[in-house]
Amino acid sequence: MINEISLLFFQQYWWLIVSVLGAALVFLLFVQGGQTLIYQIGKTETERNIIVNTLGRKWEFTFTTLVTFGGAFFASFPLFYSSSFGGAYWLWITILLAFTIQAVSYEFRSKPNNVLGKKTFEIMLFINGLFGTVLLGVVVGTLFNGVPFELDSLNRVSWHGSARGLEAILNLHNLSLGLTVFFLARILAILYFINSIEQIDILKRSKKHLIYNTIPFIVFFLSFVIYLLIKDGFAVDPTSGIVSMQSFKYLNNLLQMPVLIIIFVLGVVGVLYGILNSIFSKKIYDKGIWFAGIGTFLVVLTLFLIAGYNNTAFYPSLHNINDSLTIQNASSSLYTLKTMSIVSLLVPFVIAYIVFAWRLINKKKITEDEINDKNEHTY
Amino acid sequence: MMTLLNIDPSLVDWSRAQFALTAMYHWIFVPITLGILFIIAIMETRYVKTGDPEWKRITKFWMKLFGVNFAIGVATGIILEFEFGTNWSNYSWFVGDIFGAPLAIEGIMAFFLESTFIAIMFFGWNKVSKKMHLTATWLTALGANLSALWILVANGWMQYPVGMAFNPETARNEMLNFWDVFLSPVAVNKFLHTITSGYVVAAIFVIGVSSYFLLRKREVLLAKRSIIISGVFGLMAIFAVIFTGHGSAVQVAQKQPMKLAAMEGLYKGGESAELIGIGILNPKKDVNNQEKPFLFKIGFKGVLSYLINFDKNSFVAGVEDLVHGNPEFGILPAQERINRGKLAIHSLKEYKKALKHEDKTSANMHLKTFEKNFEHLGYGYLEKPEDIVPNVSLVFYSFHIMVIFGTFFVLVFAVFLWLSMTNKIDKLKWGKPLFILGIITIPMSFISSELGWVVAEVGRQPWVVQDLLTVSAGVTDISSASVQTTFWIFAFIFTALLIAEVSIMTRMIKTGPKTKEGGNK
Repeated sequence: MINEISLLFFQQYWWLIVSVLGAALVFLLFVQGGQTLIYQIGKTETERNIIVNTLGRKWEFTFTTLVTFGGAFFASFPLFYSSSFGGAYWLWITILLAFTIQAVSYEFRSKPNNVLGKKTFEIMLFINGLFGTVLLGVVVGTLFNGVPFELDSLNRVSWHGSARGLEAILNLHNLSLGLTVFFLARILAILYFINSIEQIDILKRSKKHLIYNTIPFIVFFLSFVIYLLIKDGFAVDPTSGIVSMQSFKYLNNLLQMPVLIIIFVLGVVGVLYGILNSIFSKKIYDKGIWFAGIGTFLVVLTLFLIAGYNNTAFYPSLHNINDSLTIQNASSSLYTLKTMSIVSLLVPFVIAYIVFAWRLINKKKITEDEINDKNEHTY
Repeated sequence: MMTLLNIDPSLVDWSRAQFALTAMYHWIFVPITLGILFIIAIMETRYVKTGDPEWKRITKFWMKLFGVNFAIGVATGIILEFEFGTNWSNYSWFVGDIFGAPLAIEGIMAFFLESTFIAIMFFGWNKVSKKMHLTATWLTALGANLSALWILVANGWMQYPVGMAFNPETARNEMLNFWDVFLSPVAVNKFLHTITSGYVVAAIFVIGVSSYFLLRKREVLLAKRSIIISGVFGLMAIFAVIFTGHGSAVQVAQKQPMKLAAMEGLYKGGESAELIGIGILNPKKDVNNQEKPFLFKIGFKGVLSYLINFDKNSFVAGVEDLVHGNPEFGILPAQERINRGKLAIHSLKEYKKALKHEDKTSANMHLKTFEKNFEHLGYGYLEKPEDIVPNVSLVFYSFHIMVIFGTFFVLVFAVFLWLSMTNKIDKLKWGKPLFILGIITIPMSFISSELGWVVAEVGRQPWVVQDLLTVSAGVTDISSASVQTTFWIFAFIFTALLIAEVSIMTRMIKTGPKTKEGGNK
């Protein structure tokens, strides 16, 4: 009995860690969002260089968080890793390709003899920004809408979707989350530009584009959330482990975990406050990224937690509902979870040095002079 | 349900090809990253200690080259991590409880260390103090090397699964002892051998590029200083490579005797086994015929036995012993192991069936049979005994070329280091051929480093987890056409990026550090 309890505790703990990483990842997707704005906000070569360099100092954080998110999922819920990655093959491969071409694009973009030309690398950054955000949003959407997979008695996956995962894009609810993430990432990018660039034309244009992106963001976000709260969800019977459909499941999850309502509302308020203050403030308000960033983190965290907690199947199977993954049937063994939990105590330390390094690099705003200085490392 | 014996062989081949492609591209960039970061950190330490701006200039030059290399290493790395899931999903489940932990630790401990401090290293020159910057450089080097640690621990476990028990309920291996996994002798040797081989490649890269400058009679001070630092670093590393390489071979002999037999082209094992210095394999030879294994060879009798067991008269198993069995030395015929493996698979299925019907007696009986035959589990997925033999010629030649090149590198380091330390290197009459040799050594180091992985990974075939899971049983159930398509997409993208990288780097080297010697405070 004690072992049962403690196993569940560690499963919940690791779902929380995965959720925290997922939430941090969505915030950090501002790098991707910014990559889709290079030409809309940067009208001259220098301006574009400033934008690329501003983002380029942060791309590794997003990338590393994505890799760690994948690693942590593998470690704590290996059955998700094997069924989702192996099953939704083309969906994941597309995401991976979008990230593969990103890493080099910054480094190679403005180097002499780069063979493919500056423009190609900028297109690659755009592709990463578009597919990286939309498709990761779609993946998170599938946690609520399910995917067509089946497990055999040895837990080997077979997939019944026609396009090995890409069919998930056709689900409008998934897609609405994908587009929400896309526009949110662009908003966060703009707020980040306002926060860290000192160049008047970029700032002016940023403000304009902030308005353009906020409108579709709110439309898609509301459609996603409203539908989520009224739709049926995949409930797990805690004693038998049997999965069944339950109406208003995700709304009920919120109501049954009221602290999540507070976190969710705080998050939404934070995002809106950050955006609106940046739009309406007469002077340049450069703190918007922090409110909107933390807000994003809180909202995404809530979404992950209502997907996995409170006896909910977090990766529902549309082919055979009882093959759906829950944090109990998909997790690693107690020993592995415990071992990794000890390592996870390092996380606050990791966060501390990230904050420290971030502040060191962002102490001064980025200016034209710095980007044109030949002694600086620039992209 | 997918019946694993009927799995499309071309799916397995394409999945293997895709993983090999990604891993080999990844491994072009990783060794340089592992080693050059330490070389750069040592150079920067010299700068901070002496205050000599020339050292800063040297540090920044190599750092720039490193930056180009690093990005593409990261790009190929992310694909590798996720390919375990996309292409080897059955394997991911089978090993996830063990494999996942190192990967998560790697993310938390190493990747963030590397990616956080790399930003300070590149962008912090005018933002933080000299000492802070130096610390960031060392931490980046440490982070990069720790990143290699955990994935190699995972790889070590595949070659020698320890510290776990198979759970028949969940059909996977579950970790029982983290330290057994982490400190397994295979993992420790593999880690040390792999990272030190990376140091060798990086040191040769620095020497090769410096040779180019000496050849052109430019940047002589930069070249000499770089050669001294990378020469010392490389020489120490190559001795560590030899030492850990020997350790790895001993481990292979004990835990993967078939791999060792393939490395040495040893078909008929025996006492006083011969170490092959150079040899040409007989292409007609296979495990079932009486052809001679070699067309030509220079070997040393008893040396292999001695190196492996410290006894020149000891027995070393050959390919034929392992396939046909050798009762004298307690080696079961592969057919026997196949039969027992099939029994293990069958009893696992029956056990699960009995559990479903709540038939405890039958479940217990099948569980006992399963546990008794578990060590042969993977053999049950094979069709015939010969399937346990990897591609002998590929493994044999890869191994021998690696060793020959490695021995040559000792000489390269020694000569370059000695000539630089005695300050003769830029005054040589016969400098030109030496410097050209220095440049040619760069591709040689890449080749030998890649071949090391060929030995390790082709040599372990058909296993994805030694004796427990074959590649065909670990692969994702997907159409071969899908994998074929992604293979070509990856091949195209990686190749395009590699061409761009080489072109950028060549240009950077030709340009050299832009600032004047002694300048750039």
